[in-house]
Parts: sequence; C-alpha cells; structure tokens
Amino acid sequence: MEENKKLIKVPTMAEMAANGQEPEVLFWVGCAGSFDDRYKRVTRAFVQILEHVGVKYAVLGTEESCTGDPAKRAGNEFLFQMQALTNIEVLNGYNIKTIVTACPHCFNTIKNEYPDLGGNYEVIHHSTFLQQLINEGRVKIQGGGEFKGKRITYHDSCYLGRANDIYEAPRDVLAALDADLVEMKRSRANGLCCGAGGAQMFKEAEPGRKEINIERTEEALATLGTEGVIATACPFCMVMMNDGVKNKEQEQNVKVFDIAELIAQAEGLTK
Amino acid sequence: MIGISNIIFLIVAAIGIGLFVWQIRKIRKNIQLGRDLELEDNPPERINKTLLVAFGQQKMFKRMLPAILHLFVYVGFLVINIEVLEIMIDGIFGTHRVLGFMGPVYDALMAVNEILAALVIIACAMFLWRRNVTKVPRLATGVEMRAWPKMDANVILITEIVLMFALFAFNISDLKLAELKGHELAGAFPVSSMFINAFGSDAGTLATIANVGWWIHIIGILAFMNYLPSSKHFHIIMAFPNVYFSKLAPKGKFMTNPAITHEIKAMLDPSYQPPAPEVDAEGNPVMQRFGAKDVEDLSWKQLMDSYTCTECGRCTSVCPANITGKLLSPRKIIMDTRDRMEEKGEHPAIFNPNHYKEMGVERVETTDEKTLLRGYITPEELWACTTCNACVESCPVNIDQLSTIMDLRRYLVLEESAAPASLNAMFTNIENNGAPWAFPASDRFNWADELYLPSKN
Repeated sequence: MEENKKLIKVPTMAEMAANGQEPEVLFWVGCAGSFDDRYKRVTRAFVQILEHVGVKYAVLGTEESCTGDPAKRAGNEFLFQMQALTNIEVLNGYNIKTIVTACPHCFNTIKNEYPDLGGNYEVIHHSTFLQQLINEGRVKIQGGGEFKGKRITYHDSCYLGRANDIYEAPRDVLAALDADLVEMKRSRANGLCCGAGGAQMFKEAEPGRKEINIERTEEALATLGTEGVIATACPFCMVMMNDGVKNKEQEQNVKVFDIAELIAQAEGLTK
Repeated sequence: MIGISNIIFLIVAAIGIGLFVWQIRKIRKNIQLGRDLELEDNPPERINKTLLVAFGQQKMFKRMLPAILHLFVYVGFLVINIEVLEIMIDGIFGTHRVLGFMGPVYDALMAVNEILAALVIIACAMFLWRRNVTKVPRLATGVEMRAWPKMDANVILITEIVLMFALFAFNISDLKLAELKGHELAGAFPVSSMFINAFGSDAGTLATIANVGWWIHIIGILAFMNYLPSSKHFHIIMAFPNVYFSKLAPKGKFMTNPAITHEIKAMLDPSYQPPAPEVDAEGNPVMQRFGAKDVEDLSWKQLMDSYTCTECGRCTSVCPANITGKLLSPRKIIMDTRDRMEEKGEHPAIFNPNHYKEMGVERVETTDEKTLLRGYITPEELWACTTCNACVESCPVNIDQLSTIMDLRRYLVLEESAAPASLNAMFTNIENNGAPWAFPASDRFNWADELYLPSKN
C-alpha cells in the first residue's frame, strides 16, 4: 500500500537556515530518542504527530549533542558545562526561541540550567505540547481511538513531576483517549521514581533488597489488574518499566507506551 | 509585693535566658562555617512560603493523623506562650495573673489554653505510643536512629506532658483557693474546674501545690529552652527561617558552579578573560574546592537545614533507594551534617554525635577520616541517590537533602575522580560521541530514516 503513505523528510536546522527559514519549534530529540531502539519509536511517533498537524518544526540532526544532564547528576559539573556551553552556542547560532522535547531530563536541563550559562529559550515538554494540540483541536482522536475503555496507568517522571510540577499535562493527554485511567497509590508529587534518575541509568544499583523498577512495576501491575498499559513520558522511565514488566513476565498482558505513541496510534498515524 | 521568691525567679530566669543566648550564638557560629550564598531575592514569595509551610504547616497535611496531633502541640505552643509571658511578669513583679484585667478576653484566653493543654497531653501520649509501642517504622528504624535520637524524642514528649500537668496543677489549686476564699478568679478554666477537688481543700496544701506547679512550669520551660539546641526539637525555632530561605527555583534546577564556567570559557576561547579570583585577608587567592568534602564546603543554608531537621523520617520513608534496601537515608545525611558540624565547630550544652561503628557490625562503613565525607557519609550512600526529589518534596520544613548529596558527589567526581567505573565510561562516551552510550555521533539522525505518514486521501 505504498501509495497510501508519504515519506517524511525530517527538516534540519542547517537546511532551514540555508533557506533563510525559521521553525516554530525546534524538536530536541535527545540521546535516548536518537539511539535507544525503543525510544526511537517515540521520536518517530512524535514527528508523525508534528507532520500530521502541520507544525513547522526542525531538528538539529547530527549537530545535536547530550545536554549534559547525566554528567551533572553524576557530579561531573565540568563535563556538564562543556556540553551545555557547546549546545548553547549551536542553539544561539540558529537563533532558537522555542524548544520541544520528549525527554524530561533534556527538558529540565535546558529549561532550568541553561539560562545561567547564557541559553534562554522557551522549553516545552512534549506532554504539554500534545496537551496544547488537543486543546486547540488540532489532534482530535475521533471516538477515543483504539485505546477507548482500556485500562491505563500513568507513571510520573521525577524530572517532569516533582522537578517541574508538571502533573496534569500528561494526564490530560491520556484523557483524550477516552480510556479507563487508573492512578497508582504513589502518584503525582508522591510518585515513586523508576530508579533511573541521577545517572543511575548508566550504572548498577547499589546493594539492596530489590531493584527500584521492580518495586514500581509491581505497583503498576497491581493497579492495572490483569492487563493494560503503563503510560510514560520519559525515555528512562520507559526502559525501567519495560524491564520491570519483562522481569515479571507480563509483557503479553501489559504494554509500556509513551504518551506520544498512544496519541499517534489513536490518531491512526502509525499504520 | 516583691519578695525573696521574686529575686530568685529573676536570677533563675536570667540564667536560663543567658544560657540560651550563649547556645544560640554557638549555633549561629556553626551555621556561619558554611559557604556564602545569596538568598535574599523575592521576599514576597518567601514570606508567602513561610506563612503556608511554616506557620500553616501545609506539608504536614500529607499525612493526616500526625498532622492533626502535631497541630494541637504547635498551636498549644504558640498560644500557651502568652501565658508564659504572664508568668514571667508575675514572677518578676510579684503580681498574680496580671493579665486578668482584660476580662472576657482573658477568660477566653485561659479557656483556650486549658483545652489546648489537654489536647497537647493527648497528642504527646499518642506520639509516645507511636514511637514506643506501635513503632512506626520511619520513627523507630534506620541506622541513624541510635540511642540518642530515640531518647531525645521521648524526653521532649514526656517534658511536654509534665509541663502541661504542672500548668493544670497550678490552675486547679489556684481555682480551689479562690473558691475557698470566696472570691472570683480571673479567667475561665473549663478543664481545671472539672478537677477542682483533685487536691482536697486544705488551703496550705493548695497554696504549696499552686506554688510548686507554677515553679515547675516556669523552670521546666527555661530548662526545655536550653535543651532545644541539643535536640531535634530545635525545629520549633529553625523551621521559620529555614522555610523562608528555602529554594524558590524549580526542584529540578541544580546549582551551577560559576568558577567552572570561567575555566571552560577560557578553554574554549583563549581571549576570554576570567574575573580575578577571590582573595583572602592576606591577598592570597582563595582555593575553592569543587563540591563538598566537609561541612565548611556546604552553604550556610545546607548547614541550617541540619539544625532544622526534626528527624521525622518522612524523607527516608519515601526515598526509592531506602525503600528498596539501599544504604542511603536522606535523614542520615542531614543528621550526620549536624553531628560533624558540632564535632568540628561549636557544640551545644548536650552533644551526642552519632558514630557508626559503636554498635558493632553494620553496613555503614565509615573511616576514621575527620571529614563529613567518609568519616560520616559513605560513597555507597551517595551513589544510591536517583535525584528524584522525593525527600525534598516530603520535608515539612523544606530541607534540601538532595543539594547536600549532590555536593558530596561532586567532590568525589571533580576532586577525587572517584566515580564508579560505569559512570566514568558514560563520561567518556559523552566526551567522545556526545551521548552517554557508545554510539557514533554520525548515527544520531538515523532514527529519521524511512519514516512515513499515512496519506489523508
């Protein structure tokens, strides 16, 4: 059915600048969104949504580099600032004003920590961005789409939630699916970390009784019952929850999806 | 009439207050060991926060039962202080219930006082029950909860109960004496009037009981005040400034070190002129440590945090690392900071630091180094943190446990290059590939290959 789909040519900032154009938003993809096989699907789903609604966007492509978040949380302020100052030079060089990203760690770092180093942008997490698209009626999801009535629980990302007080945007996005949203006991400001923050993603856990992601997955599974979806809005949470679900051998019954994937699927963009 | 007892009172009060001031100065000096930090911005928001979180106890109400019990004790503390003022005036000038002239206002005040005092007794008894009988885990367990912190909590609760009983003894006998003499006592006493015959009707005994009750209450308060600087109960004072000076930026914003910025800018651009380094009194440049090894590397606010800590353990009970059995306990980080600060600087009247090997085999493998890092807090604890901010969110008095953890981590990485090997590998990946994983930077845009959108027609 090749004729029923169109190839997306993702625009880069370099091309746009060469044509004397400026995008509405820069989509900051992040390292997980660029390299992690599972999260690449989230990046692709989000681009499909951007294309679908006709947002004028661009990416940095190979000019993008790590924000420095994992270095900073691991205590390596030097490396963080190296990354930050280099990225700010690139971003300021393109006169970037608005940035959207699907990674709460990139979001937090660029929004809160880049201004001290000379990088001042309006930074939007994709949950807020999607919420706006839904509120403006640009994403409609007729009849709720394929997740209508399905049981979904949202796992709060620490760097979106407690770190930046964004609790409702991802929930509002999920509400558009007309699904059966259930909350875990530890949610919003009391949400339990997936275990990957603070550079834990890149090291073995310290000795203890249990892995944090198992503790969280158990809570999510108990909340969902026999089957359903764990919705995330962070690449690290996604890895941790996926690993947890596999560890509990529930991958047939419980799927882990990013909110952008759920919206793209419900809109029929991923067929 | 001023007699010998007034003079004794004056001397006792002067000693009590003097000793307290002396201790407060020591604590002030300790807090000033910390690094300078400007926290004067945005006073309206700070005042607002103080009203909500400190005066309004906002964050306590995340847990209903302790919040309500604590509210009784807190309001009791605030209101009963008005009576303490009266006691002071009576004690110095030999008057009796000097504020009685206020008539119905005094009636209301005394009545509210009595009801609050009764509620304080009930709340403290329930707190003792929670600590010692039902043993609420966050109060009863944790490597940092050793003999002294546990005893400290019980001392406070029992003292508060004794103080309230002394107040009732004074009121009951005063009330009965007035009845015997056939005159009206200023004030209304809903609780004491129920027990008016508790001490019989012998005027001499009643006068003695009233006297003893009065003295126990006032000496008790002075002694308690001097106990505060050695105790977690110091939060009744420190909670207010600590909330006022708490972080206003989003919790996800971590400190940026400007000294490092200058170094990097000079590296990237040889023509960049960094500002002249700070110099000390003798004109030598101040060598600033990156991160924190000991208490003087922390900011004064981080040191103030540890004097504000009530050791309630809410932070530790929501810490994902602690919940899953890792060594990290945010409460321990804060308590260790206080103990180390008092070991190194001044210490209050009673000084009982935690030492982690005295109880035999345990997991906290401190060394004999006389520093906060390793001497009290081990790298294993620091590396267990996910920086999730659950501890910071949970703290009723806005302590920032995470900032201290991060400063200690920074020291390990920047000054000792002592990060776990896997994190060093991550650093290398970022340096070489611009990503924490070992993927070539040229593959960064491959995700966009063969991406389609269904046609609308």
